[in-house]
This record gives sequence, structure tokens and C-alpha cells, in this order.
Amino acid sequence: MDGWRRGNGTLRVFLIAFSFVFITVFLVLPLCQVLWKAFEFGFRPFWESVSDQYALKALKLSVLTTVAAVICNTAFGLCAAWAVTRFSFRGKGFLITLIDIPFAVSPVIAGLVFIMTFGRLGWAYPFLSAHDIKIVFAVPGLVLATIFVTFPFVAREIIPVLTARGTDEEEAAVLMGSGFFTTFRRVTLPHIRWALLYGVILCTARAMGEFGAVSVVSGHLRGRTNTLPLHIEILFREYHTLQSFSAAAILVATAVLILVARNIVEGISRKDADYYVR
Amino acid sequence: MKRTRKKTLPGFGITMGVTLAYASLIVLIPMASMAVMSADLGLAGFWRTVSDARTLAALKVSFLCSLAAALINAVSGLALAWVIVRYRFPLRRFIDGLIELPFALPTAVAGISLTVLTTDRGWVGKPLFELLGVRIAYTQLGIIAAITFITIPFVVRTVQPVLEQLSPDYEEAGLILGAGPASVFFRIVFPEILPALLTGFSLAFARGLGEYGSVIFIAGNIPFRTEIAPLVIMSKLEQFNYDEATAVALLMLVCSFVIMFIVNRLQVRAASFAGEK
Amino acid sequence: MCVSPKPSSGGMPGARGTAPFPASSPAPGKAPGELPPAAAAPFRGPQDSPAGGARESGSGRPAGGGARGSAFPGHGAPGGDCGAMSPGTGTGGPGTAVPGRASAVSGAPGLGIGTSGLKPGDSAPAGPESEAPRGGAASPGPGGAKAAGEAARAHVSLEGVNKSFGDFSAATDVSFSLPEGTLGALLGPSGSGKTTILRMIAGLETPDGGDIRIGGTRVNDLHPSRRGIGFVFQNYALFRYMTVFDNVAFGLKMQKVPRAAIGERVRELLALTSMEGLERRYPGQLSGGQRQRVAFARALAPSPRLLLLDEPFAAIDAKVRKELRSWLRDMISRLGITSIFVTHDQSEAIEVADLVIITNGGRVEQAGTPLELYRDPATPFVARFVGESTVLEDYGALVGFEGAPRGASCAVRPEFVHVCPPGEPVQFGNSSEDAIVESVSFRGSSLELRLRVKGYELTSFYSLEHAPVAPGERVKVLIYRVYAFDGGEARLVNNSRLSSQGNGYNFVI
Repeated sequence: MDGWRRGNGTLRVFLIAFSFVFITVFLVLPLCQVLWKAFEFGFRPFWESVSDQYALKALKLSVLTTVAAVICNTAFGLCAAWAVTRFSFRGKGFLITLIDIPFAVSPVIAGLVFIMTFGRLGWAYPFLSAHDIKIVFAVPGLVLATIFVTFPFVAREIIPVLTARGTDEEEAAVLMGSGFFTTFRRVTLPHIRWALLYGVILCTARAMGEFGAVSVVSGHLRGRTNTLPLHIEILFREYHTLQSFSAAAILVATAVLILVARNIVEGISRKDADYYVR
Repeated sequence: MKRTRKKTLPGFGITMGVTLAYASLIVLIPMASMAVMSADLGLAGFWRTVSDARTLAALKVSFLCSLAAALINAVSGLALAWVIVRYRFPLRRFIDGLIELPFALPTAVAGISLTVLTTDRGWVGKPLFELLGVRIAYTQLGIIAAITFITIPFVVRTVQPVLEQLSPDYEEAGLILGAGPASVFFRIVFPEILPALLTGFSLAFARGLGEYGSVIFIAGNIPFRTEIAPLVIMSKLEQFNYDEATAVALLMLVCSFVIMFIVNRLQVRAASFAGEK
Repeated sequence: MCVSPKPSSGGMPGARGTAPFPASSPAPGKAPGELPPAAAAPFRGPQDSPAGGARESGSGRPAGGGARGSAFPGHGAPGGDCGAMSPGTGTGGPGTAVPGRASAVSGAPGLGIGTSGLKPGDSAPAGPESEAPRGGAASPGPGGAKAAGEAARAHVSLEGVNKSFGDFSAATDVSFSLPEGTLGALLGPSGSGKTTILRMIAGLETPDGGDIRIGGTRVNDLHPSRRGIGFVFQNYALFRYMTVFDNVAFGLKMQKVPRAAIGERVRELLALTSMEGLERRYPGQLSGGQRQRVAFARALAPSPRLLLLDEPFAAIDAKVRKELRSWLRDMISRLGITSIFVTHDQSEAIEVADLVIITNGGRVEQAGTPLELYRDPATPFVARFVGESTVLEDYGALVGFEGAPRGASCAVRPEFVHVCPPGEPVQFGNSSEDAIVESVSFRGSSLELRLRVKGYELTSFYSLEHAPVAPGERVKVLIYRVYAFDGGEARLVNNSRLSSQGNGYNFVI
């Protein structure tokens, strides 16, 4: 429909201007701020902050927890999506709600929950200390908290796609004698690959950036139980602005990479008429 | 679990097994044990903690600031979604791609960045303070700004698909029947996007309530003024006051679940209107 | 279902429920696309309906309605009771001659566009075309002066309309016209431009060139809401968050019609479309057929002078489609409103429309009554498209068609091919061809035979009453006529050795 739809000219200009201003103030400026503060005095100071041993250890820990969380949650997400969309069983609704819970929970509460379970007051504590396993205030706790917080991402992306797809193709494959893993690998997986990728990207982003939950569960021990965001916090509070922003710049770089990856995936999946991501 | 129907597809055992085990370990058991452990507190203890003045103030701050931020985003998010879907202009795709930044960026990074940006010497804070006498960092405005940042994608991304899929037929029908552009929007388009808008609003609100990382830097954390509820929990934890921390956490959890429930109802109701189209 | 034969071109004005037209029979040989001038009949309104006027009984319907039924199933016999005419409306506006509901019994044709306070001239009270006279044909208004000179008093006319989207030309040099009160169909394969043409008439698309006139006025630059049209979308586009009542009332509300008047009018229309009692429902709670009727009511509420329908039956299941088709046909003919609908379904167009405009690749191939299209196809495309034709190349080898130029093609319809039942004496034995039956398919009411004749493949229908034939059998066939393709034209060519008693399509309904 031609002209009638294009709408009021003034309104259009106003809305577009508003959008630009909003985006600039809320999204572009903070990004620029980080980069500015990190490189204010040139590349050297930035590099020195970033190659500081604590910073590197924090980065390593962040990467470790992220990878662990992504792998576990992806495996879980695939299993859960398969179970939920291919079968009907009692309690399915409950399971689906369960999957969504971490979304609704504040990260601080997420951390608290693990302390209450595995911490000194937790009921699992006697068992753990007997076997000298440390969860809270140690790396395993960080991993668990991160997993909790990023729990739903992969599943939530895959489930709608699988639901919309229906089970015809898998049933056809099974009738022809294909086993579970083969069916899954060759029939299901190709259909969900973009949704899967998208979920993995979201999961990674959230895991790298998780702060509240790990803050509770960590012991804030430099070099031992500090992820990169926690490291940034400590530096900032001690007024080591340059260093904290330098570390932040690293995370900004990963964030931008994630955004780019997400946009690419979305672009490709849209062209692929076979399925959709959201 | 009774098998009422023969399962034609394989893999039920293994996938259910993994799913249940994992979900229990990660979500069910920890959540349940928190509920159990906090029962120790007793109802009286719970009430005492929750009604403590400082806690109440923190809850109020969290609540009001999240609400304000969610409202700001409801309006801006709608504008952004509209502009991205309906108009063509340079850099449109850039803006569209940038929307997810708050999800991609760690909250701590957002926190420190927004703080520095809005202090009296920051790029945004300085002009605002000098021209309007308005301070953002370390005030409730700062909290609202931070939460707004964090929840931008919620409204935009829930409204956007609805706008994209909205058939032009409705508006054309309205046009033919004599509706002007304002009527077309308010009577025809707006009801269609309202459910999505409400969903996005609720999600933003829920997220704002629990937000920690991006807020604690900019808030100043002055009790009774800019202290947010998650911080209260955190401080109680640091003082090893686990009982009270749990009590406040439970309260917040209840709020979150209520919001989740409302969102769910909204989606069901919207779906019933959509019918089979 | 009682079959009301469709009025042939221009001949059955009575079915429209208006003041009787001067009956005119189709003049043979006239150019397709031109209908005899419609009588000067102003756009309907209660004032115009003759009180107690009997409708022309030529249509086969008993004059005057009997029971108050409806053509729609669910209220009685499917296909209705053709005599049930009353929509139960006709509430008069000022000065109306139509009595109220009781008219159902007295036989006043229920017009359905009772206006409850709206006079026909106000059909779109927002004053859309204050410059155009109602209906255009009656009294030449300012814009009508030009139209008054035209031979065909067209209510809708397109001249030389073009539209392209980028490189793709959706419509090229489209011209046709529709007299008032006609039900026209835009028929063509997918992508042939018919929907674009409809949308241009509505004003949803702007033509690149050419003129579109409604009621004699050029409407190219008029906003859709000022053209006095009603539009029914393919997927109805009912406002999902409004009740049925609000949906139907929408157009009136936009025109600031007073509340009481809106209420009456909406109730009238709901009664007309047999949707009473469903005012408070939401579209999501209605069936497909019900939604279509609400869409129809909504389009009619502002008393438009032209009704446009975009594939109105596409979204309906096949079973309900037939019933809805005849319901719609009934309704439109009762209301007497000029209508155009788009379809890709031939049988629908042939069955329902008075005038069929065939589109192909953005051009109008031919416009004419269904009979004309069958009888005098203007181009090879039409000859092939209409009916179930088979195209034969180089048909000169067939007996009786030796005069055909070398290499010429023709289209043969199953009804032109007569299979002589085995065992019966063959008339015109010298003119018959030998054929082998390749396959026999059961079509419910007859058998469809595929035959091989001299290397050509032909189709024919074979009555179940004749001696059965089996695949592989040899039979004799007579080919009465073909449509020969000659350059860009199609000509009827009769078998020189046969003269049938019927003469193809030269009959009078």
C-alpha cells in the first residue's frame, strides 16, 4: 500500500530522531566510555593492566566457567527439548516452568540458593566436608552458579522451533529403522542448528558477564575465585579506574563479537526459509 | 509416570533421565533446600526481617525504580520497535543489531561505565548538572538509568516480532472504513501489540527488581535512599546473617513468581484472541 | 439446493430488487465486454424499493418471500429456500416506502440496505464524493457530464491503467467497465494482476497511469475512504480485539454517525447476514464462514456503492465454500450493489458472476459474460483457460478439419467430443474418427474418458447411462468443433462434415 501507509511525515522524523538519541545515550555512549577510559593514556597502560597476572587469571576463570556452563547447558537443553517436545507425560508443564525459573530469579538470590545448599549451613555440607570437596567459595561453586543462571537459554531457543516443526520427520526416520542418536543427529539437528547456535551465543554472553550470582558464591579471592567481572569490581572500588576499564574493554570486545555473531546467525536463519530463530 | 501411549520415538529414557537429574541438581534441589532451610526462621522471624525499616525502604527503592525504568522502556521500546520495523532510514540495521547490547555486555561493565558517564564530571552528567542541576549518579535517577539500560531489549524484542507479523490488512481495512492514522494506530494496531508490550514490560520489571551488577556502582548504596533490595540481601550475607538474607530473598522470589505468572496469563489470553486467525 | 439460474447479461434486473430495468436480450455479435446500458437506477435506498413491488419472476423465484429464512445453512435447508428473501430489515429512513419486518410476508423485496436514517445520498456521510452523483447513472452531476456521453453507463470503469512494482509490471493497459448492479469477477491464474487491479480500484495501490472511475468520477487521487467502497479481505482482517458488533460498527463510527443510528444499522446488517445473537462474540470465537459474514457486514455498513472482495472464499474449506458462494451471490443480488471479486477458481467465477474479466500477465484478455467467454473466446489464452481444454497442435489431420492451415493449433473442450457408445448405430459414420480409450475415470456424475485419436489425446465425458467402455477399447468419436488459434485470436471452427442440432453455445437462457 503506497502513500497511505507511510504515515505522517513529522511523526516519522520525530520518532527516528528519538530513537537515535535514545540509542546514542543509552547504548553508544557507555560503550565509548569504556573504550575511552581504557585507552585514555594510550595503548601501553591498557596492555599492562590486561596482562597483569590477576587479570589474566580472572580471564581464565571466566572462560573456564563459561565453557563449562555452555557445554552443560547445551547438552541439557537438547535433552530437555527432545523430551518435552516429542513426548507427552505428566508433569510436562511443571518441567517447562522449572526450566524458566532461573530467568525469574535475581542473580543474588541464585547465589544465595547455592550457599544455602552447599555452604556451611547447607544440608549437603557435612557430606562435602567429609570428602573435602569445596563448592562454595571455590571454583566449583562459581561454575554451578553460572550454570544456574544460564540454565534456560539453550532450551528456550530450541523448544519453540521443535514444537513448531512437529514430529513427522523423526517418525518417518524411526519407521525406517533409524536409532535415537542417528535420528537426532541427522534429522533433528539440522533443523535446529540456528536456534541452537543462537542459544549458545546467548548463553555464552550471559555466562561471561554474570556478576551477581558469582559475587555471592565466590570468596573474592584474588587470583583464585575471581572471574573477570569480579576483578573489575575490585579494581573499580579501589579507584584503579584505568585498570578496571581496561579489563572492561576486553569484555566489551567479547560483547561486540557476540552481537556480531548473533546478528549473523539471525540473518542467515532468516534467509533459510526452513525455520526461524525466534 | 504412566505410559498412556506407546512412544513411537526413541530416546525417552535417556533424555528424560538426563533432564530430570540435571534439573534437580541445578534448580530443584537448591531452590527447595533454600525453602526448607528458611523454614527454620519461622513466620515471626520472617515477618520481623521483612518489616524492618531499612529492608522495606530498600524494597521500595527497588520496586519504584524498576517500575519507572520499565515504563520508560515500554514507551521507548515501542518507539524503537516501530521505527525499526516500519521505517527505512540509514543505520536502521545498525540500531537493530545494537539492541541486544545490554544482554551481551556484562552487568559490571555496564555498571562502571554508566557510573562514570553520569557523574558530575562525566560526558552526560556534566551537562545535565550544569544546565539543569540534575544529578544522575548516586541517586535514584541513576538506578533508574541503569535498570533502563539493562532492560532495553525486553520490550523491543517482544514487540518487534508482533509488529513484523502484523498483517497490513487490518490497517488497510481501517483505512477504507475511514479511520485516520491516529485511529488506525490506537484502535487497531495498539490492541494487537498490547499483549506483547505488557509481556515485555513485565519481564523488564521483574528483571529490574533483581538487578544487582549494573546498579550497585551507580547507586551509591545509601541506606534508605539508594539501597536496593538485592544489596540488602548481599549485606546480610556478608554479615553471615543467613536467615534474614533468606527471608528477604524469599519475599523477592514470591514477587518474581507472581510476575512470571502474570506474564504467562497475558500470553495465554493473547493467544486466545488470536484464535485460529 | 434450489438453483436460481443466473441472469444473463443485462437481462434480469429484477433479481436485483430494483425498479425493473427495461429487459434487453443480449445482442449476438456485440463486442464482448460491453453490456447493454443499465437502466437509470439510482443507488439503492429504501425510497427506491417499490413497496410491495413484485420481483420479476423470470428468475424462477416466487415473487415475495415466504418464510423468513436465509440462504445460509444452519438456518434451515442448505442453499436455502430461494424464496426466502427477507433480510428482515428495510427499516425505513425518512420517506421510505418500505414497510418494516412485516414486509417479509407482503413480498416487498428486502433490500437489506435499509438505512435507518441514512439516506442513499449519504451512503458515506463523510462526504466522500460529494462531487459525484449517486450511482452516476441517474442524474449527471458534475463529474457525470462526461460519463453521460458514454454509451455504456458504467458504474466502474478502468481505462488504460498501468502499475508496476520495480521491474515487474503487475498491470498493463487494463481497461474494462462494469455497469451498476453487476457482479463482476476478476479471474486469472496466480500472479496475473487481478488482485493488484482490485486494490487499485480500492485505492490501496496507486496506478502509474490511466483512469479509474467510480460512478463517473475519476478516483485516482481519492483516499480509499472517500471512494464509497466496501472491501472484504481474503483473510477477512476482522479486528480481533473488538466484538462483532464493534467490528461492523467501525466504519459508521469513523463517520461519526450517531450512536442510536449505528446500533440500528449494525443490527440490521447482522440480521441480514444471519449473525444475530453473536454481537458480543470476538472473531476468534467464530467459524470461518461466520467471519466471512461479519467481514461482509462490516464492509456494507457504511452503505458503499461498490463492493470489492479479494478471493472471498479462498480461506474457507471446500465443503462450506459452495454454500457460501450461493449465499454471497444471493445477498449481492438482493442488495443490488455493484461488486467485483477476485478469484482464481473458474467454476466460481462462471457460476457466480455476471461479467467475468480474464487477466493474464497483467493484461485483460477478455471481459464478458460467462457465456460469451465460452462461446467467443477472444484469444487463445481464453480459449484454453476457460473450461477444461486440451490444446492440439496441427489439427488439420482430423476428419472434418482438413481446411486448417499447416501447423495451426486449436483448443478442444470435452463437450465438443462425443464418444459413440459401442453397440449403438453411429450417426455420421463418415465423419467419425477411430479412437482408443486410454483411461476411464469415475467423476461421480459421469465418466471421464481419455482417448487417443490419430496421435492426439482428447478428453470427453461419457454418461453412465451408456454401455460401459473399458481401457483399450476402440470407439468412434465425433468432434463437433474446435477453437482454432489464429495469430492472437481464437475462432470457432465447426467440423465441416457435421452439423449438430445444437450449435454449441447459441441458446437463450
